[in-house]
Amino acid sequence: MADDALFDFLHMEIVSQVTKSDPGSLQDGVTMSKLEQIGYSTGYRFIERLTKDLSRFKDELEVMKAICKDFWSAVFKKQVDNLRTNHQGVYVLQDNKFRFLASISNSRQYLELAPKYLVFTCGLLRGALASLGLTCIVTAEVTTMPACKFQVHLQRA
Amino acid sequence: MAVCIGFIGKENSPLFLRCINPSQELQFHYIMHTCIDFVEEKIIQSNKSGSDVRELYLGLLYSSEEVKAYGFVTNTKVKIVIIIDSTNSLLRDNEIRAIFRKLHNAYTELVCNPFYTPGDPITAK
Repeated sequence: MADDALFDFLHMEIVSQVTKSDPGSLQDGVTMSKLEQIGYSTGYRFIERLTKDLSRFKDELEVMKAICKDFWSAVFKKQVDNLRTNHQGVYVLQDNKFRFLASISNSRQYLELAPKYLVFTCGLLRGALASLGLTCIVTAEVTTMPACKFQVHLQRA
Repeated sequence: MAVCIGFIGKENSPLFLRCINPSQELQFHYIMHTCIDFVEEKIIQSNKSGSDVRELYLGLLYSSEEVKAYGFVTNTKVKIVIIIDSTNSLLRDNEIRAIFRKLHNAYTELVCNPFYTPGDPITAK
């Protein structure tokens, strides 16, 4: 169905609208924070709906695994390709064909413009984890499109 | 029939409390507060025992001469507690589960409401 494309287009529009509404901001600081905040509230609420039918999580690793499988497939229709951890609160999620970047390029072209399209997803992850009780910092890096890595630093109380 | 229903938020703050008899509200606030302890106890217990069945429904939390309390915790650490009158004919387990399912669904819909910020007291009609 056209549902998949709808989400992609909506996301692209959100990014361009937020960018336009801050003309002349030399650092994209405000744009990024706005997009991240949008992602945060979306993720927070969405996780409530998603975890309704899942059984209770026992520990962090299980939460991360559930995020990689269920959450990612619900949002992007595929699972995260690789999950790595150092067992000390740092997780790296790798997606080799990230949906939002797939339509931009297949190589290093437009690399400097990629961050804007990743920050919404960073917010989404942060909101989802916050709703499940884990405060964290999420950053993203991309070396070759359309693959990208999301780094999640969990903060312990 | 349930005498009182309560939602307790993530940081153990009360989100919502509705009783059949408004004059007894304060008493139910107190019972709800003590139920938080029972809920946490059950969570820690099931974590330690490492059982495979990890459910959201917690079962009977507390039983006294007047009231019985049943608990339910969501994955986002929101707790739902139902208090029923002991004098009532005992409600079956799956009926209680059905009540919790409905309450959980209602809560999920509330969270999707853009006018509601998670963590605030619930004032929806």
